[in-house]
Amino acid sequence: MSAPGTGSRFSRLARNLLPVATGVGMILAWYAVCLGLSADHRFLLPSPREVAQAFAEKGPTLWSAALSTGSGAVLGFGMAVFLSFALALFLSLSALIRASFYPYLMVLQMTPIIVIAPILVLWVGPGLGSVTIITFLICFFPMVVNTTQGLISTDRNLVDFFRMCKASKLQEIFLLRVPAALPYFFTGLKIGATLAPIGAIVGDYIAGNSAGGQGGLGFLTIVYSSQFQMGALFATAAVGCLMGFVFVAGVVALSWLALHKWHDSFSRSDT
Amino acid sequence: MREAQTPIVELKGVEKRYGDGPLVLDNISFSAERGDFVTLIGPSGCGKSTILRLISGLNPVSAGSIVVDGMEPSKAVERLAFVFQEPTLLPWLTVSQNVEVPMRLHGTQAATRTETARRSLELVRLADRMDYYPRQLSGGQKMRVSIARALSVSPRIMLLDEPFGALDEMTRDHLNEELLAIRQQLAWTAFFVTHSVAEAVFLSNRILVFSANPGRLHDEIRVDFPYPRTEETRESEPYQRLVAEVSKILRSVERLKA
Repeated sequence: MSAPGTGSRFSRLARNLLPVATGVGMILAWYAVCLGLSADHRFLLPSPREVAQAFAEKGPTLWSAALSTGSGAVLGFGMAVFLSFALALFLSLSALIRASFYPYLMVLQMTPIIVIAPILVLWVGPGLGSVTIITFLICFFPMVVNTTQGLISTDRNLVDFFRMCKASKLQEIFLLRVPAALPYFFTGLKIGATLAPIGAIVGDYIAGNSAGGQGGLGFLTIVYSSQFQMGALFATAAVGCLMGFVFVAGVVALSWLALHKWHDSFSRSDT
Repeated sequence: MREAQTPIVELKGVEKRYGDGPLVLDNISFSAERGDFVTLIGPSGCGKSTILRLISGLNPVSAGSIVVDGMEPSKAVERLAFVFQEPTLLPWLTVSQNVEVPMRLHGTQAATRTETARRSLELVRLADRMDYYPRQLSGGQKMRVSIARALSVSPRIMLLDEPFGALDEMTRDHLNEELLAIRQQLAWTAFFVTHSVAEAVFLSNRILVFSANPGRLHDEIRVDFPYPRTEETRESEPYQRLVAEVSKILRSVERLKA
């Protein structure tokens, strides 16, 4: 309810400008460090200008690599969304089922991906298949756990109300438990969305297929690091980072669409 | 109102314990005639909410029997409506969709549902809030939606478990009057749990006082003020005398527990 005076307008302006200012400051600091390095160490840290140059030169390569890695990330993430939801529905049915399956889910999560990858390469061959499965394995666990928790945390009174109305088990699940679990589901999705691009790049690094110029960002990482192309490496990292942002933004948008009308986390009075 | 001789709800020697737990209810017997407004009052732990859950068929009795409109409780579900302590609305549905939930679960046609929901909401004077979400309503409004939802199935029996306990006194008094006004039109039998003696005396024609550990029926008080009751009833001397009297009984019951 604060009046739209100059004070609040100034603070809103400051809030919008400060992140930009921080970014500019960091780039300047980066330049300063580059200039401070002695000539024989300068190759260790490319200057912002060199990174920008690498972007210009390798643009098409980076773009096609990002598309390749991105499709692995999307496929793996999508697979994780569907399978984690289905498994969470099953796990939510009883505590006995959860007790008998959770330990093995943990096993899946605890096994290092770096060891699983070569096995996958032998089973399904290098390329999109392996990358998809590795992404899936990395995203899956937090998504199952969150959705399951949501499905079993339904307000006790609401469940009683449904039973009072003689709701069938299916009605109880799909009209009550699933919508009530949506906030949890989206929390899992957000965690998964930050992991998916990383999973795909790691997958591509270990199990990618570079034949016919189909290599993804992981493959580019191998190439540029072996050639000490520091500017290009930094550009590759930036593309990976950007991909992560796109993923998270997508999930945040979906969650806004599903929840903003009714869920308290979107109520205006809280902000 | 008393055209039928058979009681609409009858409890005979009802006992209840959960699992291996202690006895919650011990040998409860009472019956209600059509149109009765029965209030259950007593110290916490006397099992008054449990009685509502048993009548609703939500939980089975451990011993004894309950007959609801000539049937066992779990078969009489379509004659009953339950109003919980909290509004228990689904936050992702609009007010009108919330009122439709019981009908949706029973497979009522969409057109009928919408029309019935609108009429129920008119009864609680919230027809202008049909498309709001629960979080946009006040506590009292949410409770009225909950009551509209209960009314939407045209129940013969309303079970109300301390529905106004969380509201401020002004809102509570107001909703009490509204509840009686609606009952005047629809003539259901009510079982109402409360901690408030004033509320009990204002609403009911019969007050059942329970003692705790285990829950036993201690006393019954008849309230003969004619309906419709209004603000004037509350200000009248006989009303206030009766409130004092029931409070005294309740205090003696609580001492019994200690």
